[in-house]
Amino acid sequence: MSARRFNAMSRFNVAALALGLAFLYLPIVILVIYSFNASQLVTVWGGWSLRWYVAFFNDEAMLAAAATSLRVAAVSATLAAVLGTLAALALTRGERFKGRTLFSGMLYAPLVMPEVITGLSLLLLFVALGMERGFWTVTIAHTTLTMCFVAVIVQSRLGAIDRSLEEAAMDLGCGPVRAFVAVTLPLLLPAIAAGWMLAFTLSLDDLVIASFTTGPGSATLPIRIYSEVRLGVKPMINAICALMIGAVALTIVTASLATKLSGRRGGNAAPM
Amino acid sequence: MSGRNLFTRPARLAAIAPYGWMVLFFLVPFGFVLKLSLSQVANAQPPYLPVFDLGAGWQALVAAAGSLSFDNFRLLLSDDLYLLSGLRSLTVATTTTALLLLIGYPIAYAMSRLPRRWQPLAMMLVIVPFWTSFLIRVYAWINILQHDGLLNQVLLALRIVSAPVVWLSTDTAMYIGMVYSYLPFMILPLYATLSKLDPALCEAAADLGSSPLQSFWRVTLPLSLPGVGAGALLCFIPLVGEFVIPDLLAGSDSPMIGQTLWLEFFTNRDWPVAAATAVMLLVILLLPLVIYDRFQRRQMVRP
Repeated sequence: MSARRFNAMSRFNVAALALGLAFLYLPIVILVIYSFNASQLVTVWGGWSLRWYVAFFNDEAMLAAAATSLRVAAVSATLAAVLGTLAALALTRGERFKGRTLFSGMLYAPLVMPEVITGLSLLLLFVALGMERGFWTVTIAHTTLTMCFVAVIVQSRLGAIDRSLEEAAMDLGCGPVRAFVAVTLPLLLPAIAAGWMLAFTLSLDDLVIASFTTGPGSATLPIRIYSEVRLGVKPMINAICALMIGAVALTIVTASLATKLSGRRGGNAAPM
Repeated sequence: MSGRNLFTRPARLAAIAPYGWMVLFFLVPFGFVLKLSLSQVANAQPPYLPVFDLGAGWQALVAAAGSLSFDNFRLLLSDDLYLLSGLRSLTVATTTTALLLLIGYPIAYAMSRLPRRWQPLAMMLVIVPFWTSFLIRVYAWINILQHDGLLNQVLLALRIVSAPVVWLSTDTAMYIGMVYSYLPFMILPLYATLSKLDPALCEAAADLGSSPLQSFWRVTLPLSLPGVGAGALLCFIPLVGEFVIPDLLAGSDSPMIGQTLWLEFFTNRDWPVAAATAVMLLVILLLPLVIYDRFQRRQMVRP
């Protein structure tokens, strides 16, 4: 009886939750609605229209930046998924090795490190190595940041997988690597996929690190948006932002569906 | 049993690639920042001196090392601009973290009280905004807060104000943007701690005669302190070095340290001073880590 009393939602709790979610979502919803505004003035509602989406698809420079962003995100997310998974494996399965503390420190630090520092330090490395700044420098920079997120996601999933399954496979004559690939890796795939998607969106979103590490001719979409936004609100930017939000929403729906499907096969992994 | 030991070797091998990557692209670059912070700005490519050229031989390297100096840090400490921006970063980050706790705690608490089957959905709803770009979220607020934006339109329509209020380029706008952007980072660790608390503890407190408020204050809150610490740290550290939010929403009269670094690097093209600013920022960031470490140790000592 009393358990129910404590679980019941008080009016205060309902209000906190409703206000909190409204605060989180209203600005985004308003932005999306205004992206369909026909008016030239951002603040005056002139009826529904797709003209700013059309404007974006006719803007060569913006499209080029979007293409660069997508390429950087795809390549860096893939690299990050591989490296992050390996790192998670090493942390959960390689119980003790020299420099393990340093390793986990290096993996967790970028999660909170101010981006201006990460960006500046990577730029200096690229300059010192004599690398030409452009697509690859931004990709490497994004991989460095996002592989840490992948490692965290995969690590939490790896910890939840029953190791006796793998041991059973080994008792039946599999080698350790074979047992891992045949038994654990399929169970891990949803987490790796979720990690890939998070890496992809993080890369697509990043402004600061990309600004430091990019070179002439390979401005990413956030860099272009930022230089436009500094000059004020423009309706076309609303449309681009709405498109990016749509892409992210689609990714999340896919991710949660994938998680649900794999959840039926055992365990559950949140997309984070 | 032996199987468990067998796997550690391939796992150790798995460490090689990510380990090497992080050493090269995360650890080593800090060395370059440190070195550059001791260099001088120069009208050259790259725009600083000295340049260590490994091919030039030992003598040249020694000579180059000899010309390193602490001039940039002397500048940082003597010019008010840098100290003030460091101070402002700390104030802004502290205030924002406090606001985040005040706003995030009730939300996380309400989430943990939801029926079990609704909790994953609530968590999902909090995480989703984290997946959308910082830049877009800040931009969404510029839309709302601008002179003839939605907020002023609503306030005018409701006759709460008689003339449009200036929101953009104020600290209010910056705090709104920061709280908005970092709220998920605060809610998630709080929720993680709160959802693990045994409701039986509160029931026991109630059975012993404490009011709901008392049992919250004396049972729930103290037990959720680790979550408070984790959330505060997770928000405070990136907030100190925040660039996008203050740059787009706050006024330009007192920059935060991240903005100062950006300005030195991109506008003044003074890479050495930018690097020195980065070193100063890192030192500032060590402060909350030390405090957190102390706090955690005290938690452990207490039974």
